[in-house]
Amino acid sequence: MSTLVERSAAGETVASWTSDFRRGVGAGLGGALVAAYLGAVGLLLMMNDRPVVAGMVTLAQVALGGIALVAGVLAQRRARHGAQPALWTSPLAGLVAALVVLAFANLILAVNLRSIFIALTPPLARLISFGQVKSLGGAGLFVAAAMVLALAGGLLQRAPRSLRRLILPAVTTVLVAGVFQDFIKVILQSNPVFRSVASWFYGWDGLSPRGALTVFAIALVLAAIPRVARGRAAAPRTGVARFAPALVLLVALILVPLAGGPYVAQVFLLVGLYVLMGMGLNLELGLAGLLDLGFVAFFATGAYVTALLTADSPLALASYTMIPSLSFWAAMPLAVLAAVAVGILFGVPVLGVRGDYLAVATLGLGEIVRIVVLSDAAAPVLGGAQGILQIPKPTLGGFEFSGPVSLFYLTLVAAGFAAYCAWRLERSRLGRAWIALREDEDVAQAMGINLVQCKLLAYAFGAAFAGLAGSIFAVMVNSVFPSSFQLLMSINVLALIVVGGLGSLPGVALGALVLIGLPEALREFGEFRYLFYGVALILTMRLMPDGLWPARRSRRAPVLVEPEGEGTALGANRA
Amino acid sequence: MLLEVEGMTLAYGNITAVRGVSIAIPEGSLVALVGANGAGKSSTLNAISGLLPISGGAIRFEGQSIGRLKPHEITRRGIVQVPEGRRIFGRLSVEENLLMGAFSRKDHAAIAEDRDRMFELFPRLKERRRQVAGTLSGGEQQMVATARGLMARPRVLLMDEPSMGLAPLVVEQVFETIQSINAAGTTVLLVEQNALMALEIADHAYVMEHGEIVLDGAGPALARDERVIAIYLG
Ligand SMILES: Nc1ncnc2c1ncn2[C@@H]1O[C@H](COP(=O)(O)OP(=O)(O)OP(=O)(O)O)[C@@H](O)[C@H]1O
Ligand SMILES: [Mg+2]
Repeated sequence: MSTLVERSAAGETVASWTSDFRRGVGAGLGGALVAAYLGAVGLLLMMNDRPVVAGMVTLAQVALGGIALVAGVLAQRRARHGAQPALWTSPLAGLVAALVVLAFANLILAVNLRSIFIALTPPLARLISFGQVKSLGGAGLFVAAAMVLALAGGLLQRAPRSLRRLILPAVTTVLVAGVFQDFIKVILQSNPVFRSVASWFYGWDGLSPRGALTVFAIALVLAAIPRVARGRAAAPRTGVARFAPALVLLVALILVPLAGGPYVAQVFLLVGLYVLMGMGLNLELGLAGLLDLGFVAFFATGAYVTALLTADSPLALASYTMIPSLSFWAAMPLAVLAAVAVGILFGVPVLGVRGDYLAVATLGLGEIVRIVVLSDAAAPVLGGAQGILQIPKPTLGGFEFSGPVSLFYLTLVAAGFAAYCAWRLERSRLGRAWIALREDEDVAQAMGINLVQCKLLAYAFGAAFAGLAGSIFAVMVNSVFPSSFQLLMSINVLALIVVGGLGSLPGVALGALVLIGLPEALREFGEFRYLFYGVALILTMRLMPDGLWPARRSRRAPVLVEPEGEGTALGANRA
Repeated sequence: MLLEVEGMTLAYGNITAVRGVSIAIPEGSLVALVGANGAGKSSTLNAISGLLPISGGAIRFEGQSIGRLKPHEITRRGIVQVPEGRRIFGRLSVEENLLMGAFSRKDHAAIAEDRDRMFELFPRLKERRRQVAGTLSGGEQQMVATARGLMARPRVLLMDEPSMGLAPLVVEQVFETIQSINAAGTTVLLVEQNALMALEIADHAYVMEHGEIVLDGAGPALARDERVIAIYLG
């Protein structure tokens, strides 16, 4: 079809004109539809309660402006083999979006739609039109603003990549500073030095305009430094520079909970436990390719064994057997061993099961474990639905790990140890065997890999990590109940390693922070958190299929760069 | 006899793919197995490798039956297959693929030596040692598959259609490589579509049809046999 169009120059301009027009209108309609949807489900009104810059912009307004901007970006995106659309498509998209939103606002005011969507109220109409429904002049201003924003989006899309890489992080940082201000303020309030800094950025009612500008400027400079530095030494990043992002992440993980107090530490503690589990599942799925939806069973094993060995309860083993009541430190290794045993038992029945079937089979196994724990038969030992209570906190030479802050550091040490193990495993003979197994089971066997042993080891190691997390979880909540170990937990772990980047260690931390930490920080949005969760999942999979922090061995890495490799051949290729 | 297949029968469900096949492979020889598509050549190799259970007959290595062993146990005895269609590990680098070939060996120094020898044999691979193998060209992937097989220091190398999909010039190189491997002492069982070329270099050859051996004899002699020519050129 397109070849026919290219025959005549006149025909071509007409064709490109109409296709550009369609593209602009389409992007505008899409944007308006998203805005109407967010409004109809009530999310916009909720977001309006969260200021980004105090007294100026709320989150809802940022979202609406963002929609206009993105509509402008999408209008400029070239089709797969098409030419660059003309610049006017972007403001056209803004125009269409604004007109539709205005019409929608008027519809809300004119017709009572509240019986269908309770959120379709006059305040929403005012919100989405920025209060400009009434006068014609106001409406004109609204439309013009949308067109300017969309044009800005279009220009951004056309701007050189390097410029975008400066502006986008800076804008994101301002948004984070605004949206998570409660969280950040708690951290800043913790000591006097921070407190004086905080007063520059945050007023009593939120991020101040001057604070927002400062944050923007700082983020811009920070984003520019690595580019400038790299521009000067046009060499592949080596040594410190390669690990710098991971180092920053680590330092943040260490310092933030200390400064942020119990609530922040509690969130990070949860993130830490998921990181532990994520690293375990990463061995199973990221390396050996064994999809496991019953992963929570190992976590539960770790928790229950810890409870049985340490609890101050009639269900504790010490109260009716010869086994003495143990301290957390003695019980934890046993809990890990028990999880390993369950992991191996778990692996045996699914040894010959591959791919999709494996997902279903492990899902079944995980549920079996939960139902067994709930059952009457096991109730005398495991406490049934009532669970096991009164698990003491760990103590170390008089110090009690009583609060979330100290427990977080315990988790951090455990996660650090586990990360080292995972890192070594990936580079070991066994790690290579796992990868080979995932690639081609038959050939891997023909290379001399013992299929049974190799798969069971993957389950065993994965289970060990989860068991460790479960053990800490038990002392964190002081009790274990079957209802804590739902399928959703396995799914969460799976989602976070996929979002972070399958097979990538820093990816696990990032994924857990995004999928576990962010929803905690967005508590006020209630059930809508799962909407964010879903959007985050879809967006990362669309935009970054290899995850937020792709593994060294990701799908599209053409060359594996070893830090200590001789790399002569590679260097020659690059030069 | 180093490796001996005797009256072997193979079935997929109730379809018999190979019927009463006997093949004898003396130490140090290069034996070819040729036949049309679907004759049962790959099935035979997979059975020797332990990837496919045999339903009748026996496979013996140095006089001992290996028909019931697991694939990795057979590999550890020195019978290594370079599978049809290359089947390299796409996400491992070239070098890691070679190391996988040596998976069942423990002699680290010798493994590194063998790796360097492979890079001498295939200089192309040395250039691309850190490249992810899945991004190599078809011919380069075949080199990886062959080198990976050799890394096991096999006593017997089972090669399934090493020339498949390669340019004529590269096919010749592959055949030269096979001959030099054989000359260096490795026993080779070669399965080929490129029958006449395989027969020329084979000490002994078997012709397979519909799951049965229909002809066998010295390789070059078979290459001039009217019945073979009728099958392949007629
Ligand atoms: N997994 C399987 N299930 C059922 N039938 C199979 C299976 N694998 C192979 N076969 C059948 O067994 C017969 C022999 O197949 P085989 O792969 O051994 O042939 P081949 O001689 O290697 O052929 P080619 O030269 O085309 O590779 C074929 O008819 C094939 O359809
Ligand atoms: Mg075949």
